Amino acid sequence: MSQDNKKNISRRDFIKTLGAGAVVTSAALAGCKPKGQTNTSSITGEVPTDKMTYRTNRHTGDKVSLLGYGCMRWPMKDGEVDQDAVNDLVDYALDHGINYFDTAPGYLRGLSEAATGAALKRHPREKYFIATKLSNMAQDKYARSREGSIAMYRQSFERMQIDYIDYYLLHSIGGDNVAGVKERFVDNGMIDFLLEEKEAGRIRNLGWSFHGDVEAFDYLLAYNNIQWDFAMIQLNYMDWHHATGRNVNAEYLYTELEKKNVPAIVMEPLLGGRLSRLNSLSQAPLRQLHPDDTPAKWAFRYAGSPDNILTVLSGMTYLEHLQENIRTYSPLEPLTPAEYDALEEVTQLMLNDDFIPCTECQYCMPCPYGIDIPGVFSHYNRVVNEQRMPEDAGDPNYRKYRRQFLIGYDRSVEGTRQANHCIGCGICKPECPQRIPIPDEMNRIDEFVEKLRLEGKI
Amino acid sequence: MLRKLRRVLGGIFLALITLLFLDFTGALHGVLGWTADVQLVPAILSGSLIILAVLLVVTLLLGRVYCSVICPLGVMQDVCSWSAGRVNKKRRYSYSRAVSWLRYTVLGIFIIALVAHVAALVTLIEPYSAYGRIATNIFAPVYRLGNNLLAYFAARVDSYAFYHTDVWVKGFGSLAVALITLIVIGLLAWRNGRTWCNTVCPVGTLLGFISRFSVLKPVIDPAKCTKCSQCSRVCKASCIDYDNYAIDHSRCVTCMNCIDKCKFDALHYTAKRYKLNAAAENAADDTAEGGTNNGMSRRGFLSVAGILAVSNTVKAQAPIADGGLAVIEDKKIPDRQTAVLPPGSDNARHMKIHCTGCQLCVSACPNNILRPSNKFSTFMQPEMSFERGYCRPECTRCSEVCPTGAIRRITPVEKSSIQVGRAVWIKENCVVNRDEEPCTACERHCPTGAITLISRNNDDKLKIPVVDTEICIGCGACENLCPSRPFSAIYVEGIERHRTI
Repeated sequence: MSQDNKKNISRRDFIKTLGAGAVVTSAALAGCKPKGQTNTSSITGEVPTDKMTYRTNRHTGDKVSLLGYGCMRWPMKDGEVDQDAVNDLVDYALDHGINYFDTAPGYLRGLSEAATGAALKRHPREKYFIATKLSNMAQDKYARSREGSIAMYRQSFERMQIDYIDYYLLHSIGGDNVAGVKERFVDNGMIDFLLEEKEAGRIRNLGWSFHGDVEAFDYLLAYNNIQWDFAMIQLNYMDWHHATGRNVNAEYLYTELEKKNVPAIVMEPLLGGRLSRLNSLSQAPLRQLHPDDTPAKWAFRYAGSPDNILTVLSGMTYLEHLQENIRTYSPLEPLTPAEYDALEEVTQLMLNDDFIPCTECQYCMPCPYGIDIPGVFSHYNRVVNEQRMPEDAGDPNYRKYRRQFLIGYDRSVEGTRQANHCIGCGICKPECPQRIPIPDEMNRIDEFVEKLRLEGKI
Repeated sequence: MLRKLRRVLGGIFLALITLLFLDFTGALHGVLGWTADVQLVPAILSGSLIILAVLLVVTLLLGRVYCSVICPLGVMQDVCSWSAGRVNKKRRYSYSRAVSWLRYTVLGIFIIALVAHVAALVTLIEPYSAYGRIATNIFAPVYRLGNNLLAYFAARVDSYAFYHTDVWVKGFGSLAVALITLIVIGLLAWRNGRTWCNTVCPVGTLLGFISRFSVLKPVIDPAKCTKCSQCSRVCKASCIDYDNYAIDHSRCVTCMNCIDKCKFDALHYTAKRYKLNAAAENAADDTAEGGTNNGMSRRGFLSVAGILAVSNTVKAQAPIADGGLAVIEDKKIPDRQTAVLPPGSDNARHMKIHCTGCQLCVSACPNNILRPSNKFSTFMQPEMSFERGYCRPECTRCSEVCPTGAIRRITPVEKSSIQVGRAVWIKENCVVNRDEEPCTACERHCPTGAITLISRNNDDKLKIPVVDTEICIGCGACENLCPSRPFSAIYVEGIERHRTI
């Protein structure tokens, strides 16, 4: 009897939801749930349309959704962007309160800007903010010149069919330190040019994104006393105190931006997905507090909690990720001190891993010699993460892990694109925003795989 | 009863030896290797006196059971003619005279070819090798495509039970030979049973000669025989002359069909010999042949071939679509002056004399190195090339499976010091010269440290390889992993006589 009651209630709830005019898809999803009472889990349940947390941009008064859409990972079909799928995702995002879309000329081999623009064009221009970047970092004279840079800037307007850009970024500051900033933006007069464009109203907010050398960060932040409208930094609970490679601890970056009254935009809240795929050991402290919350939800709550964060970007390829992130921020529940402690515990557990901090951003690609660099790292990381490394021949699972490692390697990376084909030329090395010594890591993985193969039959 | 036993044993044997050829994981080679070792010609070539003695004794005792049970080509023909019988129930065999001149001529040519080392001819008509080629070139790819289909699904459910394997045409020459062999022998078997075995096959002729003197053989008891002709009509070997109560034991493959069929208990597999009562039995002589088996067969065969080529299996081998990946050109085979032969084959002459071209090593090679030669003098015998892999230090699989001793059994330790060729650097192709990019691929992967990098024009960054030909073993790691495509900038040139470094 009581069960019947519950069923009735859930059905009534379901009908109410429909009646309230919620988007049919979300209601259908909630309705399909086998036990429709609890909505606490972050991966099931209703997706609110009107509860998104917004942050106000102090400089322009823009009300920006805390969840921003990163347009670097749109769904692809046969090497092209799957535009229908992109349109659906964009519609869904707008319907659920997301209004910030971040792209760049180089994303998805140059296809992202046009695809994002085409999807957004179908909606009133004032409903959303577009961010794109001046990605003039190629090691090429023309690309870094004033003419080349202006051409790239203008191209973004054409590709996205727009007449103003809400947020324009100097892309990837710190890739080649202060010298790079000077060459790309100062000496060629691009900063002045862009400030004029801002005067003229074609750029509403001017800022930059940062990876790498801290001197470049300090240099640009102080440059000419410009009041930057925003800056994009890598921020997550690993990077706060334990940035890897030559990345800078997010605590420093965030504090400096706050001092200068520059709102921060967060990239890599999941550290290239790593923080959403915690192994069971690392997950334990989190699950103990909230058994139903995914590691991704934790990471997003972490990234969104500080007040000076304008928006947190996520490159959501799948509707389910979009829905989960919307739930997390509708509205944001800031982390409590106990929750911060739990994340610190996770951080300590993960610091011992043999993880390669690749975020699969593809900046290193294509490797001229055909290596699938992110593919190789991703396989290696997955195994590290699942704690299935065939390292200790005495381990009773050793043979199984070895077989899984080798078969999985061949499955995820074609033979001719594996680490043993790396020639060590180092062309990729300066491209990596995470400062991974790619050729050395390739060599290390090659030697590891070779050791496994020497044992004979799979 | 005897027929059933023969069919069960033959079926098991064919299945096992076929599996030996199909298995690419190496898991079955140790268990099933003996099925190849007991084949007659490989035993002769490897000088396995014990196997030869056993085969001789078995034949002298039981007749040509070798042909009905052990020879995979023979059992394959039985499967063909049995299928033909299922398709066309009215089809019957009939007695025909032996074509002795052809049999002995072929046997003579075969022996001469064997002694004179005309490898192409030996490999062509040797029955075990003929079957090996069919299995390697036709059955194995189908099997692997099936495996890849399973691997495709396994990958989707995160199972590691199956893994993808490359399917490629290892040699067009040997594929053509295998196809023609399959079609010709298959058709002959479909229409007339064991025609091949009793007119061409040198092993059949040799064993036939011996089996005339075998202790046990099927014989007709004239006292009981009613000349109903049923025995002759089920005789695949067409060797029962029931009119004269005679069986040509040189052609009889002891399939036991006749014994099973005879309703009058007139046929026995026995050591007893019946006396012919010169009864007033006159030959109603050779009844007309041929009219019984017609039509159907070719069409039937083609449709079977069509089923083997169903397209559903193609999908699994389609590569996973690339994102922003540079195109990788396929490597091309360099023009080698001397073929590179697998370690253990000692020298070109040894290989040429001992190899029957069964290609068991080709299908067993897990690194996709071995492939059948297309040169006339070594036609269908294995040689190495490194476009798809290199001769890995831990692997000695070809030497483990070779039934003829053409590739001597070696251990990985021995192998690590056997030189089968030497690396040659082609400076125009090297990416250091071509792209002005530093590259260490060949040096890093050389297992013997035979490659050293020296600076080019006193440049610390751009270094070029030099090969110490004294310690290079010719494994092909450098050639395979060289980034230069389609032709590697470093490749292995074979040596006539392998040596230990």
